[in-house]
Amino acid sequence: MSAELDELYQSIILDHNRRPRNFRVMEDASSHAEGKNPLCGDQLTIWLKLDGNVISDVSFQGSGCAISKASASLMTAAIKGKTRAEAEAMFNTFHGVVTGAHPEDAEALGSLKALSGVSRFPLRVKCASLAWHAMHAALLRQDGAVAVSTE
Amino acid sequence: MTTRTAFSDLRADFPLLAANPGLVYLDSAATSQKPRAVLDAVRDYYETANANPHRGAYKLSGTATDAYHGARREIARFLGAADADTLLFTRGTTEAVNLLATGWGQAHVHRGDRIVVTRMEHHANFVPWQQLARAVGAEFRICELTKDGLVDLDQLRALVTANTKVVAFGHVSNALGTINDVREIVAIAHGIGAVAFCDGAQGAPHLRVGFDDLGVDAYAFSGHKMLGPMGIGGVIVKRRVLETMHPYQFGGDMIEFVFDGDTTWNVPPHKFEAGTPNVEGAVGLAAAVRYLEALGMDAVRAHEMALTRYAMERLAVIEGLHLFGPASAEARSGVVSFTLGDIHPHDVSTMLDVDGVCVRAGHHCAQPLMRALHQSATVRASFYVYNTADDVDALVASLVKAKARFHAHA
Repeated sequence: MSAELDELYQSIILDHNRRPRNFRVMEDASSHAEGKNPLCGDQLTIWLKLDGNVISDVSFQGSGCAISKASASLMTAAIKGKTRAEAEAMFNTFHGVVTGAHPEDAEALGSLKALSGVSRFPLRVKCASLAWHAMHAALLRQDGAVAVSTE
Repeated sequence: MTTRTAFSDLRADFPLLAANPGLVYLDSAATSQKPRAVLDAVRDYYETANANPHRGAYKLSGTATDAYHGARREIARFLGAADADTLLFTRGTTEAVNLLATGWGQAHVHRGDRIVVTRMEHHANFVPWQQLARAVGAEFRICELTKDGLVDLDQLRALVTANTKVVAFGHVSNALGTINDVREIVAIAHGIGAVAFCDGAQGAPHLRVGFDDLGVDAYAFSGHKMLGPMGIGGVIVKRRVLETMHPYQFGGDMIEFVFDGDTTWNVPPHKFEAGTPNVEGAVGLAAAVRYLEALGMDAVRAHEMALTRYAMERLAVIEGLHLFGPASAEARSGVVSFTLGDIHPHDVSTMLDVDGVCVRAGHHCAQPLMRALHQSATVRASFYVYNTADDVDALVASLVKAKARFHAHA
């Protein structure tokens, strides 16, 4: 079996795809945003609850490929309890790793490192970053819904 | 004309395939690969005949004009149209349908009229009609499909009412492979005096069209799906329908006289071909139809049907694989569209790609159909003249591996 596929579809990715964490609608969210990838038909919604500058809760729902779903699930676990600035910084680091621009930062990503295999599949970067773009949009527009697209 | 019957050695004719022996190209419904004869024809045109057609009084311009209209005659003959000047060149099917929806539609469709399409249309044969209906205040109705993925002809008969002006439908579905009963759909449309326009993007590459016997009022096609270059295609329109159409784009070549306050139009096909034409595309497409004619379209159809039947048999035994579209290979072109258990089509496509197997994953520019099928995406493998049973075997082997990879961790 191919080594690059082993790296892309690690067991942690397949596990989060099958059993996504924080996969629920949040009724009392401070903000939410939709992420869409029209070419794939992928779509998900991210909900955030903010306590001052701290993301006290985060959830998502939607449909998509294993990469987009696992990435969203891992993201919710990673940014819960972080400040807005920390979450945005994490997005920057994550983006640098999955696009292959800064592979040396992978270790700093913790469990998100599981997605670093995406850098070998440029066509799938948009899948891995969809949830993050939606999270970013939700932070920007705390007071209303906003849709983003990775196309 | 000699007819070649062996399809097993065609890869050598296609430089991209010949240079990549491990490549299993199963996305010809998106675009076909190009034989050397087409690439040579394009190059030869620029090296021996290039000038702006219709413009110059010098001999070379005449050579370019001859090359352009010679290509038109060859392509018209291939598609079964005796009147070559009713073949209008466009960038492809998308532009051809937009030409019809604008040039014919705005002249004939008014408030209260009805436009009928089918559930299986590609966006290119759906959105132009939907938007025309919105612009003029006409009704836009969609004929649903049977469970087997065929146009529900009973529903079509009910939908095509006296106020219907046009029935727009695909010859072959790009997403399901369904071959539609063109003559029956035409009979329903003509029964109440509507025109029948056919999107032949997936038909012309694979089936003998026979435009003059088919009965449709217009037939659109794309060159790049039938071994020709990208950026060339066209539409054949029955002359009496063509005579009633307004120009689609304005500019050079399509005019007769331009006065300060108004303009008169050139005759078809020029009236509908504004600007410097795509001569290299036309010449390349003519070489493509010569290649197809040498194979013989009946042999092409037989080859693809045999491959499709074999693929359907082999795919059917993969547990969890769900195949969409008609149950018999006879009712479909060389397209198999499916899902593999709960594995998302994009993940399937990525895993197949690593094995060199190129398939399409997505909504196939047919979102209204995907909604009706309750799918956000499917995997589609499509076959053409250069594919063989070995390609089907590679597809199946790669699918089995993909399934094992995902389910090993279940």
